[in-house]
Amino acid sequence: MSTLTTQDTLTPLFEGAPADFSSERALAKESFYAQGLPAVKAEEYKFTQIARKLEKEISDFNPAKPVSITEEMVKTAIFEGFDGYVLVLNNGKLEEELSQLPSEVSFSALSDQEIGSIAKPVKDAFVALNQASFVDGLAVSVPKKTQVEKPILILSFTQASAGQVVQPRIWIEAGDFAEVTFIEKTILLGEDKVFSNQVVEIKGAINSKVHYYRLQNEGDQAIEVSNIETDIQKDSQFTAVTISLSGDMVRNNLNLNLLGSNSEGNMYGLYLLNDKTHVDNHTNVDHTIPHAESNELYKGILADQSRGVFNGKIFVRQDAQKTNAFQQNNNILLSEDAVINTKPQLEIWADDVKCSHGCTTGQLDEEALFYLQARGIDKTQAKGLLLYAFAGEVLEHIEDESFHNYCVSLVQERLGSKF
Amino acid sequence: MLSIKNLHASIEGTPILRGINLEVKAGEVHAIMGPNGSGKSTLASVLAGREEYEVTEGEVTFKGKDLLDLAPEDRAREGVFLAFQYPVEIPGVSSTNFLRTAVNQVREYRGLEALDAVKFLSLMKEKMKLVEIDQKLLSRALNEGFSGGEKKRNEIFQMAMLEPSLSILDETDSGLDIDALRIVSNGVNQLKSADNATIVVTHYQRLLDYIVPDYVHVLYKGRIVKSGTKELALELEEKGYDWIKEEVDSAATV
Repeated sequence: MSTLTTQDTLTPLFEGAPADFSSERALAKESFYAQGLPAVKAEEYKFTQIARKLEKEISDFNPAKPVSITEEMVKTAIFEGFDGYVLVLNNGKLEEELSQLPSEVSFSALSDQEIGSIAKPVKDAFVALNQASFVDGLAVSVPKKTQVEKPILILSFTQASAGQVVQPRIWIEAGDFAEVTFIEKTILLGEDKVFSNQVVEIKGAINSKVHYYRLQNEGDQAIEVSNIETDIQKDSQFTAVTISLSGDMVRNNLNLNLLGSNSEGNMYGLYLLNDKTHVDNHTNVDHTIPHAESNELYKGILADQSRGVFNGKIFVRQDAQKTNAFQQNNNILLSEDAVINTKPQLEIWADDVKCSHGCTTGQLDEEALFYLQARGIDKTQAKGLLLYAFAGEVLEHIEDESFHNYCVSLVQERLGSKF
Repeated sequence: MLSIKNLHASIEGTPILRGINLEVKAGEVHAIMGPNGSGKSTLASVLAGREEYEVTEGEVTFKGKDLLDLAPEDRAREGVFLAFQYPVEIPGVSSTNFLRTAVNQVREYRGLEALDAVKFLSLMKEKMKLVEIDQKLLSRALNEGFSGGEKKRNEIFQMAMLEPSLSILDETDSGLDIDALRIVSNGVNQLKSADNATIVVTHYQRLLDYIVPDYVHVLYKGRIVKSGTKELALELEEKGYDWIKEEVDSAATV
């Protein structure tokens, strides 16, 4: 157990927590101390020593208070070509004045939502920590049969303000036949390291369709644990796309529970890492019922001394016959010092299923590179072309055109200049 | 145009080429034949600049420049084109984008204006006819899922687009049926002019019925052991390579 858990270091977080959800908080706190922050050898966190990182980098474990956000800052944060709604979070707190929200969707402070019913504190210490000590919670509810035509861009402004801990807490509910797309982009302000420990719970009702896209490009002050957990019902669809381009140490826990037949869960991820960035994607799909499908594709390009971790768990329960579950993780290492730890983990109890998984780790294809050069293409550009061809496959899963184009330009810029 | 003098090359310390001498002038077609493992493909690769091969001795000048000193892309821009024996499949890179990048980089090097989309497409259409290649094929990823014949045709199509002065065809005939062979050869013949030259690397004489060489060289154990005209190829077709091997090997033991 980390010393952060055994000593009083984290006390300010619990003391800074508001009085609401008192029983949920008490339960979570108990669970947190029972688990402790992951120790060095904890299986689920053994490649991502987040507790040690926090001990070293974070000195003030107070919750960060909201900071000053201007309209100009919001404007700058919106990427070119974006056409949709904007939801501004200020260290986790909703800024209604700065936001432009769709009227057909309700946005409010968390009140009577069953928090912790999807992302359960007993399963993960960071989820427990968030539930015990989050300051501002946001509830988003898309009424049934409501199709939100344009995407909702969540601009999550994050900055240490004495306290260096930010714990956004979001509850999203999509009613029967509702459709909605979120794009989450974090903007890290200030010079200080910030520990962001986010929990997003998503509940997709019958025949709903939820897309949750994320761009992690905050720079090297970011120490982040993100927990997204989704329950989806019959005939519904959930798609997550996670693009990670920078950060100090980032851990993404993405859990998807398929609770109704004919539901479909898609998880896509791309990580382009350089310097000493460390990104860990842990995903978990739980097939509980027959006739559901999950697709997963994560790709990584790692340069310099960066480190990537991929752990993909697929759990097919005994009742979940006729499951289709596909998983793929491919990596390209561009330097001798870059490291990837990848682990597919399939646990299948049903006997009539189609499951496949594969993972590859290699270097840039020298033969392909020579082929392009032999046609007169400059070596650097040929490399960029090949790397983009590799990475682009993930971006194709972003349905929103403007966000897709934005990611393409970021990725191309990175592959042309940084690698 | 191309002058190879006493070229030695090895791969991972093993010598493959052991003193090649060859002069190729504009307007000429040279065939390089020889038994398997004689170094034919190595010669083609060394000329194109494949990095695995180390040149240990000798020199190659191309249009007066030291070819061995140039990066593979600069060799291509100077006008050397290698049609690969095994064209590489590159998923995710569209044939058209690839070719446009290549053509414009080559043009830029040669001091020509870059082609805009319209001009590029019309050039493509014109050259596609040469090798009877289907537009649909070019809308796919580069060589991905192409049949053997389609890949080879695509090589000649690329050659037509890049307008090289020296084309090296590395076993372009291998794996082609007679129709594909005819189409590919037709393409090559139409691209021939008094200003460019072609080196045809092949194991079989069959291709030389279609692409008629001015000179035929036999490569064996990393050296050109015999040179002649197209009749030499016919003789090889009839008698195989054994008599040449015997001639060379017995000369070596004397």
